Amino acid sequence: MNNVAAIQQAPTFDVEAIRRQFPVLARMVHGKPLAFLDNGASSQRPLMVINAVDDYERHHHANIHRGVHALSQEATALYEGARDRIAAFINARSRNEIIFVRGATEAINLVAQSFGRPRLQPGDEILITHLEHHANIVPWQMLCEQSGARLVVAPMDARGEVHADAVEALMGPRTKIFACAHVSNALGTVLPVQRLLASAKARGITTLIDGAQAIPHLTVDVQALDCDFYVFSGHKMFGPTGIGVLYGREAILEAMPPWQGGGDMILTVSFTKTTYNGLPHKFEAGTPNISGVIGLGAAVDFFGTLDLDAAHAHEHELLAYASRVLGKIEGLRMIGTAPHKASLVSFVVAGVHPHDLGTILDQDGIAIRTGHHCAMPVMEFFQIPATARASFAFYNSCDEIDRLGASIERARRLFA
Amino acid sequence: MELTDLYRDVILDHNRHPRNFGDLSPADATIEGFNPLCGDRLTLRLRLSDDRITEIRFEGQGCAISTASASLMTEAVKGKTRAEAEQLFERIHGLLTDDAAPVDEDLGKLAALSGVREFPARVKCASLCWHTLVSALKAGHAASLPAVSTE
Repeated sequence: MNNVAAIQQAPTFDVEAIRRQFPVLARMVHGKPLAFLDNGASSQRPLMVINAVDDYERHHHANIHRGVHALSQEATALYEGARDRIAAFINARSRNEIIFVRGATEAINLVAQSFGRPRLQPGDEILITHLEHHANIVPWQMLCEQSGARLVVAPMDARGEVHADAVEALMGPRTKIFACAHVSNALGTVLPVQRLLASAKARGITTLIDGAQAIPHLTVDVQALDCDFYVFSGHKMFGPTGIGVLYGREAILEAMPPWQGGGDMILTVSFTKTTYNGLPHKFEAGTPNISGVIGLGAAVDFFGTLDLDAAHAHEHELLAYASRVLGKIEGLRMIGTAPHKASLVSFVVAGVHPHDLGTILDQDGIAIRTGHHCAMPVMEFFQIPATARASFAFYNSCDEIDRLGASIERARRLFA
Repeated sequence: MELTDLYRDVILDHNRHPRNFGDLSPADATIEGFNPLCGDRLTLRLRLSDDRITEIRFEGQGCAISTASASLMTEAVKGKTRAEAEQLFERIHGLLTDDAAPVDEDLGKLAALSGVREFPARVKCASLCWHTLVSALKAGHAASLPAVSTE
């Protein structure tokens, strides 16, 4: 009976048990326990990822796809096995739709150059939104310069919300590509991508979703979304840096020319003619980031060990709690107050520059991001040079948010 | 490494009440400094008579370190010749970046900037205005100058 009672009373999401799987969370910074609230920039690694990479480096490393020896076959199996699990993780129809790249940034550049450049004509339009990360602005601007296409920017409101009506109003006969964030990195806003993707599809517009900030917080199903491209980075979902994924609808990827030439992306090469390899290898020229892919596969496995509904509920609670704690601080203004947000708070404090706030919090062991978050148009919209941003993962706790609040108060007193 | 080392009273005072803050018109040189890391911008305007800085003012939005550093700098270089200001830049540069550099007594209030070297992430905040000044002096009376970046 006691055991049953204990189980019934047990929290649905055991943050302490989760934290024990992330070794770095146990460390001290400036003599204080680390409170890592900069997950939007890069999240930490669980033991499953660390061990998978370590095991590969110690026992299985060789180049892939080209050796008959044991290690090459093992490395190939680990690399391609990760592709299968990542395809399942986002519910891709086929493993051929998973292209390994350095990160979301490279994925967007690949699409701009391989899909966009051969197709776009002068006067065509590329539609994005006002809250995009620079990675979802600059590659399109470069494509516009190359093709004579025009970049069209859909507005957001004073809360940092993007309204589907306003975006749809800008989808016209010349709109060839629609690209937007799933979740804003600077504001936390969750965009109405499901509806926007349906609207774009109905108008024959090719779509790309920048999922870098969404993938750690939301369950992503590319078939349910029905997007043409979905991009994300490994290091924001507890995997390694330097590895990311371009998901592309198979028929579109088939029709696209290779982006980079080299080994692995070819079938035969002679000085008169080269034939290209099939998907997904056509887009993976050269020896790839093998350990990165294996680490990312392990990160997907780690998600598989979690009760995702409970993890998402915990993150939602962190957001609500942070909004309450920070809301009580005099002179603190939230930047980005859309009704539907991921667990991230961006803010400014009267009299305390974000950069000074970042240094003061760091002295208390609290890691946040300060600056323009690679979203300078967002800063300009709110007429501020920078914000402080605390971005949470499911391993964060309300206690850490209390410490954040106390440290902000300390900064206010220093500059009062 | 203590916060009070970085945010000394002199720094906090010059952040709250920056000296020589605002527009200067006409100016012999106007130059912008930019710190892409944090997005801070600074506009420095100065008047030169012969080889001497007779008037200097700054505008912009920045953190406490960059505001205080710019405020202290304008106080320190007003009335100095170009060569003297460049010499002072070298000393401040050493003060901000070299852990072993002694803090000269004759630096006066500028010595308050020495706490910054314990916080490597903040050195650029303090040095932005100085780099901007040196570019302005090197360019002399040029009407339009390219912006200075800390990167």
